[in-house]
Amino acid sequence: MKHLLSTADLDAATATEILDIATEMASVSGREIKKLPTLRGRTVVNLFYEDSTRTRISFEAAAKRLSADVINFSAKGSSVEKGESLKDTAWTLQAMGADAVVIRHPASGAPHRLANWVTGSVLNAGDGTHEHPTQALLDAYTMRSRMGRLDGLHVAIVGDVLHSRVARSNVLLLNTLGAKVTLVGPPTLVPTDLNASVQVAYDLDAVLPQADVVMMLRVQRERMTDSYFPSAREYSRRYGLDGARLRRMPAHAIVMHPGPMNRGMEITPEVADSPRSTIVEQVTNGVSVRMACLYLLLGGAR
Amino acid sequence: MTVRRTPVTILIRNARVLGGEPTDLLLRDGVIAEIGPGLAADGAEVVDGTGLVALPGLVDLHTHLREPGREDAETVYTGSRAAALGGYTAVCAMANTSPVADTAGVVEQVYRLGQEAGLVDVQPIGAVTVGLAGERLAELGAMADSAARVRVFSDDGFCVADPRLMRRALEYVKAFDGVIAQHAEEPRLTQGAQMHEGDVSARLGLTGWPAVAEESIIARDVLLAGHVGARLHVCHVSTAGSVDIIRMAKARGVRVTAEVTPHHLLLTHDKAESYDPVYKVNPPLRTDADVEALREGLRDGTIDIVATDHAPHAAEDKECEWAYARPGMLGLETALPIVLDVLGEDWPLIAERMSYAPARIAGLDGHGNALTAGAPANLTLVDPTVRWSVDPTGLASLSHNTPYAGMTVPGRIVATFLRGVPTVLDGKVQK
Repeated sequence: MKHLLSTADLDAATATEILDIATEMASVSGREIKKLPTLRGRTVVNLFYEDSTRTRISFEAAAKRLSADVINFSAKGSSVEKGESLKDTAWTLQAMGADAVVIRHPASGAPHRLANWVTGSVLNAGDGTHEHPTQALLDAYTMRSRMGRLDGLHVAIVGDVLHSRVARSNVLLLNTLGAKVTLVGPPTLVPTDLNASVQVAYDLDAVLPQADVVMMLRVQRERMTDSYFPSAREYSRRYGLDGARLRRMPAHAIVMHPGPMNRGMEITPEVADSPRSTIVEQVTNGVSVRMACLYLLLGGAR
Repeated sequence: MTVRRTPVTILIRNARVLGGEPTDLLLRDGVIAEIGPGLAADGAEVVDGTGLVALPGLVDLHTHLREPGREDAETVYTGSRAAALGGYTAVCAMANTSPVADTAGVVEQVYRLGQEAGLVDVQPIGAVTVGLAGERLAELGAMADSAARVRVFSDDGFCVADPRLMRRALEYVKAFDGVIAQHAEEPRLTQGAQMHEGDVSARLGLTGWPAVAEESIIARDVLLAGHVGARLHVCHVSTAGSVDIIRMAKARGVRVTAEVTPHHLLLTHDKAESYDPVYKVNPPLRTDADVEALREGLRDGTIDIVATDHAPHAAEDKECEWAYARPGMLGLETALPIVLDVLGEDWPLIAERMSYAPARIAGLDGHGNALTAGAPANLTLVDPTVRWSVDPTGLASLSHNTPYAGMTVPGRIVATFLRGVPTVLDGKVQK
């Protein structure tokens, strides 16, 4: 595996391998000295065109725990703000000898373009409304550790699927790993032709009793002014997860959220902070999963 | 930079006019003086047309020459070279230059640049609205009365979305037999749009450009054109639904004509999977079903013409993220090969769709005439047996954004004549 651009590029064996390696990496994170020498002398560049402190520090922690040298390149206040093109930035990183570039970009497909212009590995850390592969992998990791399996799980992904890179990566990966996916949200926010192997539902209450996992997506308030739905209040009433809805879920079912949350919009504090919520675990698991990805891409394996 | 002006007499030997029996054509004083087998050379320069098909010079109703404003992407001269090499003798230059061709001054400038280049007749198209802003009419009459004699008006790149303004424009240009060429795109339905709305856009996370945004404007416009009894031309039709609407309007007697581009006849939206913006174009590449419907519409005459929408872009506007790239593709040098590939060697149909009909719509009397004695000597010679591989850097355009790079296409343009003067000979521009 040279790049990680889309979860569509992962077959079941590779995806499972990443999750298995992540399990091993998690044990490192539990040690007093949380560090492996694996990527000593390798350079990982975090190239972030969007503000995302959470994802950036997760990748940074992952690379550092593998002893890689980490360079953070934020588009703000840099040559990018002075109008430098992605291609020129790519050549700069190339000249500096980046072994891997972790890229977060507001334009869908930017990591695919970057992969044409650098010789190192490219890791997609979220591109526009396209994909966020490591988020899907950490979600799968979290489901597997909570539920013990992925095959046959019923996962409901709820909210703004149309604009969600998390949803796209999850749909593809969960399909590959044998889970069943139902997309839930107002019809304005759920693309019907995303994938033949998902179900689409508009009634959250009908889906909840059958779900093993309910993954809530962040809904941006701007969608309201674009008439995707009439008001935040109506959205919450129809598609928000509150205590009453949590109790309609099977007893074993878990609640996930990729963060950052809009408390009171798509999820109530009662649900977010309940023991059935995996939101904090997801953050922890993110580091292990990203360690596994860097390890695989940078040739640490075998 | 200009074509040799000395009067030449040229005898084309053994060319097959529209694929018919080999014959000779004598070009003298800008017209086809004689046509028939075994003509005497009489001191004329002889061009061997053996194995070549003679077509009336092609006419492009939709070309972006980028001058004035973006001379780094294309100029009237370089675009004229590309046109001549593509078999064209006339091109209509779109108005979205900088400054916009919305005054007599700008259209006359473009017209004059075309005359100076001298390789094809460059017929400027005037903007419908001031600055293409869609708010008030440009001085359409002044452009019509100018030296450029503008008859086609278009805000191409933008839709004349305001229905009242569109109605007025359609009505107003009746005074000088003008036509409004509409870029049919309901702007409210295509905000931020990047590619055809469908399964591929959903997967790629690129904002969709729904077919209905084109179809709803065409439906409105054919009704408006019918209501005021005016001529409407629809630019770059891209969907099956649009073909249906135009077919219905024609059956009802609406004076509507329509064009399709070579790329919409061949390429589909899955090309976007590479995220390479060389495939980004407006309207976007659509589905297989749309391509089929467009081909059928072109064959049955629902779609009157093939127009290139030749849209050169500088490298920095294409070698970037998809969403930041400008839409558009080169077309002049590959149009005939792509149409040959799509329609086959139906030469009379190709002549109608790429020469006669576009000249009629544009009101270019000197072009789009059948190759008969006395007709203006605007013609091109094609070798249909040659297949060639498209090399972006080998094209005459200043820009390289062809979607056909590396593809092998049929049909090489061997020679082009503008009023009897060779602009291309042996596949090379005569400057």
